[in-house]
Amino acid sequence: MKSLAKIPMEKLVAAGHALPELELPPLDRFTLALYAAGSGDHTPFHLDIDRAKEAGLGDVIGHGMLTMAYLGRYLTEIVDQSAIKSWHVRFKAVSRPGDRIRCHGTFVRTFEEGGEQLCQLDVVATRGTGPDDVLAAGEAVIKIG
Amino acid sequence: MIDRALIGQQLAEFVFAVEEFQLRLFAKAIGECRPEYIDAAAAKAAGFRSILAPPTFCYAITLNPANPLDVPAFLGVDVKDTLHGEQAFSYQRPICAGDRVRVKRMVTDIYSRKAGALEFAVVESELSDAGSGVIYASTTTTLAIRHPECAP
Repeated sequence: MKSLAKIPMEKLVAAGHALPELELPPLDRFTLALYAAGSGDHTPFHLDIDRAKEAGLGDVIGHGMLTMAYLGRYLTEIVDQSAIKSWHVRFKAVSRPGDRIRCHGTFVRTFEEGGEQLCQLDVVATRGTGPDDVLAAGEAVIKIG
Repeated sequence: MIDRALIGQQLAEFVFAVEEFQLRLFAKAIGECRPEYIDAAAAKAAGFRSILAPPTFCYAITLNPANPLDVPAFLGVDVKDTLHGEQAFSYQRPICAGDRVRVKRMVTDIYSRKAGALEFAVVESELSDAGSGVIYASTTTTLAIRHPECAP
């Protein structure tokens, strides 16, 4: 999959509008298994449909942190990883196999804190356009220059 | 209800060895194929000590390799009743393959919502170099715990 192009800081802070999107392939069980192994999160409801059904989930659910990892990849595709000072997300819905996850970002503002020039980007991961289709939403503080 | 006396208590401390193998697997899982995340020579050429850990790998580091589900156990809740509510990261310096990261975790808050049908537990982690003590990053994990029996 081709990566997004980095956005130069002067263009980023001038953007004032939606940033490019990152579209992921449909979520599949293979990816959940790889993520469980790669992340060390062995919670069974992401891997074993029988355990997921026992827990009343119906089917396996995606790791929230997989969604956030996609958002992290998105952030590092548009800005240098070393420029990310801090970020957080709130998880709004659980992902499911077949979800077509998209990462979106919006430039919000520039500000100064502790002598550092910073900007705020809002990030959102969705699987559609409905009210229950926001998987995670949050904000990142990016160092400028 | 989760015992509020756990607020301020530390979980088991451990040292997490960041290995190339795991970083490559993590990168594969998230579809990350840029060279600094999968190839040591490329990462070094880009100025890193070795393969670079992606931003959210810091959460993977906070999972105790000896028992990845030790947080729900410490809180005395069933993992099937827990959901990841929020996650935050703050970075000081990059983490790369070969690093040995000391992980200190503490329960910093526990609170109820919806008349006790939902509880939240906040665990803050500090990731530092096991040798020098230099801080790499800190993370904050908020777990949501369902207590359907308490629903109003």
